[in-house]
Amino acid sequence: MIYLDNSATTKPHKEILDTFVQVNEQYYANPASIHEAGVTANALLTRAREQLAHLLHTETNNIIFTAGGTEANNFAIFSVARISTHKGRHIITTEIEHPSVLEAMKGLEEEGFDVEYLSVDASGVISLEELRQKVRKDTILVSIMHVNNEVGAIQPIEEAARIIHTQSRALFHVDAVQSFGKMPIAFNGETGPDFLTVSGHKIHALKGSGVLAMRKSFPIVPFIVGGGQEFGLRSGTVAVPQAVALAKAARLAVESIPANSKKYKAWQQELRAFLKSFGRDIHLLSTEQGAPYITSLSIRDLKGEILINALQKEGIIVSTSSACSSKQTKTSHVVEALNIDPHFKKGVLRISFGMHTTDEDIQLFKQAFTKIMKQLKGDSTT
Amino acid sequence: MIWKEILIRYGEISTKGRNKVDFINRLRDNVRYSFHDILPLKIRAERDRMFIEIENEEKMIVLLDRLPEIFGIQSFSPVASCAKDVDAVKALAVEIMGIFKDQDITFKVEVRRTDKTFELDTHTLQREIGGVVLRNYQNLSVQMKQPDVTLRIEVRMDAIYVMAQVIPGAGGMPIGSNGKSLLMLSGGIDSPVAGYLMMKRGVRLEAIHFYSPPYTSQNSLQKVKDLANELTKFGARIRLHIIPFTELQVLIKERVPENVTMTTTRRMMLRIADQVREEIDAMAIITGESLGQVASQTLESLTAINDVTATPILRPLIAFDKLDIIEIAKKIDTYETSIQPYEDCCTIFTPASPKTKPKLEKIMHYESFTDFDEYIERAVRNREVHIFPEKKEKADAFSELL
Repeated sequence: MIYLDNSATTKPHKEILDTFVQVNEQYYANPASIHEAGVTANALLTRAREQLAHLLHTETNNIIFTAGGTEANNFAIFSVARISTHKGRHIITTEIEHPSVLEAMKGLEEEGFDVEYLSVDASGVISLEELRQKVRKDTILVSIMHVNNEVGAIQPIEEAARIIHTQSRALFHVDAVQSFGKMPIAFNGETGPDFLTVSGHKIHALKGSGVLAMRKSFPIVPFIVGGGQEFGLRSGTVAVPQAVALAKAARLAVESIPANSKKYKAWQQELRAFLKSFGRDIHLLSTEQGAPYITSLSIRDLKGEILINALQKEGIIVSTSSACSSKQTKTSHVVEALNIDPHFKKGVLRISFGMHTTDEDIQLFKQAFTKIMKQLKGDSTT
Repeated sequence: MIWKEILIRYGEISTKGRNKVDFINRLRDNVRYSFHDILPLKIRAERDRMFIEIENEEKMIVLLDRLPEIFGIQSFSPVASCAKDVDAVKALAVEIMGIFKDQDITFKVEVRRTDKTFELDTHTLQREIGGVVLRNYQNLSVQMKQPDVTLRIEVRMDAIYVMAQVIPGAGGMPIGSNGKSLLMLSGGIDSPVAGYLMMKRGVRLEAIHFYSPPYTSQNSLQKVKDLANELTKFGARIRLHIIPFTELQVLIKERVPENVTMTTTRRMMLRIADQVREEIDAMAIITGESLGQVASQTLESLTAINDVTATPILRPLIAFDKLDIIEIAKKIDTYETSIQPYEDCCTIFTPASPKTKPKLEKIMHYESFTDFDEYIERAVRNREVHIFPEKKEKADAFSELL
């Protein structure tokens, strides 16, 4: 199987799985217990936390383990909204966020918050000018994803942070699920983001693990209440094996950013040139400036599903725009936001690389894709 | 990098007459010890100030980070240098004054010329520099008497040296300049603060802790170790003596009436501490006692407890309010460790209502039926000694998982 759907999820890395199993075998005690086994498990958990804090440039106590990216996004958004009502009720996000952000925003709208959505251009990038116009004195929260999961567009986080922090007292949340461990992203003192969402299974760790990281200890309120774990901010027995696996995955990923981005960039160029050779039958949704590990394309008047099935028959796994929305028949909100030619709205296909992707995978994909295109569109292309 | 050296101004030590050389040497050794991870450091100690040469930016960052915690330093200033050229020194002055670009402050320029052959004389140079700084920063204004900032320029033979910032140091006296004492470290909020305050007065510390296995856990012991480790960041190694205390506690409970067990327990602790003190050649015992805070800290209790020894017992917190102690504990980063909720040996056999005004004669009478000496000897002999800062061994067991 040639797996080119790494933005949906990744195959857990062998080394990381070993860690996971080993921690389950040796350090399974509850880290909140006061017996020695508990203390040891807690010490290990703290080490994992320290490692993540170090990678994200923050303090250890600002790393909160969650059950994934969705929870971390929900947590940041609801929590910041709830503690900020004395400052205002105005929130800004973008049209192309992940549903875990957009649905949370809808919830807040129902509670009476005033949410504004930034539009994006054809390449999927927000306009800083529009942000500048929309940020107000009473804006309490801005949530912008770093890398878009469907097309790979990269948002100008640094510049956005500067605008947000100079024009308002708003807290800035960045969903870094698709970028952390693949591109440099971290806190940058007062001029950067205030919250970052990280997910484990996108970087070869396990499903069901994520982190909400804070630049400093903001007085946020918990989203899940109970036994008061994670500094009282996220209750529930902490999944130490997942947390340690995540910390290890994060280290491995961040360390290999330079090597991997070089590989990804080369394959991106290769794929783009290859896809362009199909002329007007193919529209590239991703741009060259986007994340090099995501290439989204669309085929004229064709449903994405048909291509996915055909490629699958050749042993190649890709997806339509995103795994979350691929089962729905309606066009994804991201594709809608890009405002593309209606002929290209249904046939979106996303190819995404991971640490295990090889050059051979790319070559086999190209062969299979050429074959399928011949069957579907005839020889008229090229 | 523009920075060349850090100038250190001595604290109280510059007023001490003939011990001065010892004090300065001690401070230099302590600085070396605190920065053992970035050695070698070129340190030049003069009678009134000390210079640390800066070789690279990494060292500079570490120095600026930790110098404010070293006792015996009144203040320090990063010093920049440039070639002996008028334009170069102007540019450097502007760059350095950029530190204050967001503050409305007054300043003056002070010029000293060791090299009298330099093209501009003191006055002209002063005027030129002041002018260029004023033109660059609208928020600054000149004031000759008591300005907020003095921009000092020294034209020496080899280069021109410029400084403006004065960063406050920790004050106090270099650790070790006032001998060694034994700190009774309980794990609570007060004792680490007491230790800190004495270190600040130049006292070198060793610490003693009483633990009662199996009733107290590894956690409570770990907490005390963490506290001892925290205290080492002020620039000295600390030895921690851990005394097994269960046997004595059980004995006391059996032999003296319940409402005075607390007083007797404290008396035994002090006797043990005094023996350890003698063995390690320390001069005094330090406690975190604060008058009236708990039953054992009334004047009557202190009298009854203190009676077992003639050794000076230093109680730096005796007149402190709890809130003030907490504030210092937070400042020195021991508070979070101290408030971890683990039982220590004092809380396991606590009587329901200990006497707050114990009578010494009565206590001595109750104790007279038992020979505690043998138990005390054994506790002292069976103590464990740990040295801090210690390398984290557990960390290594985990590292392959991470």
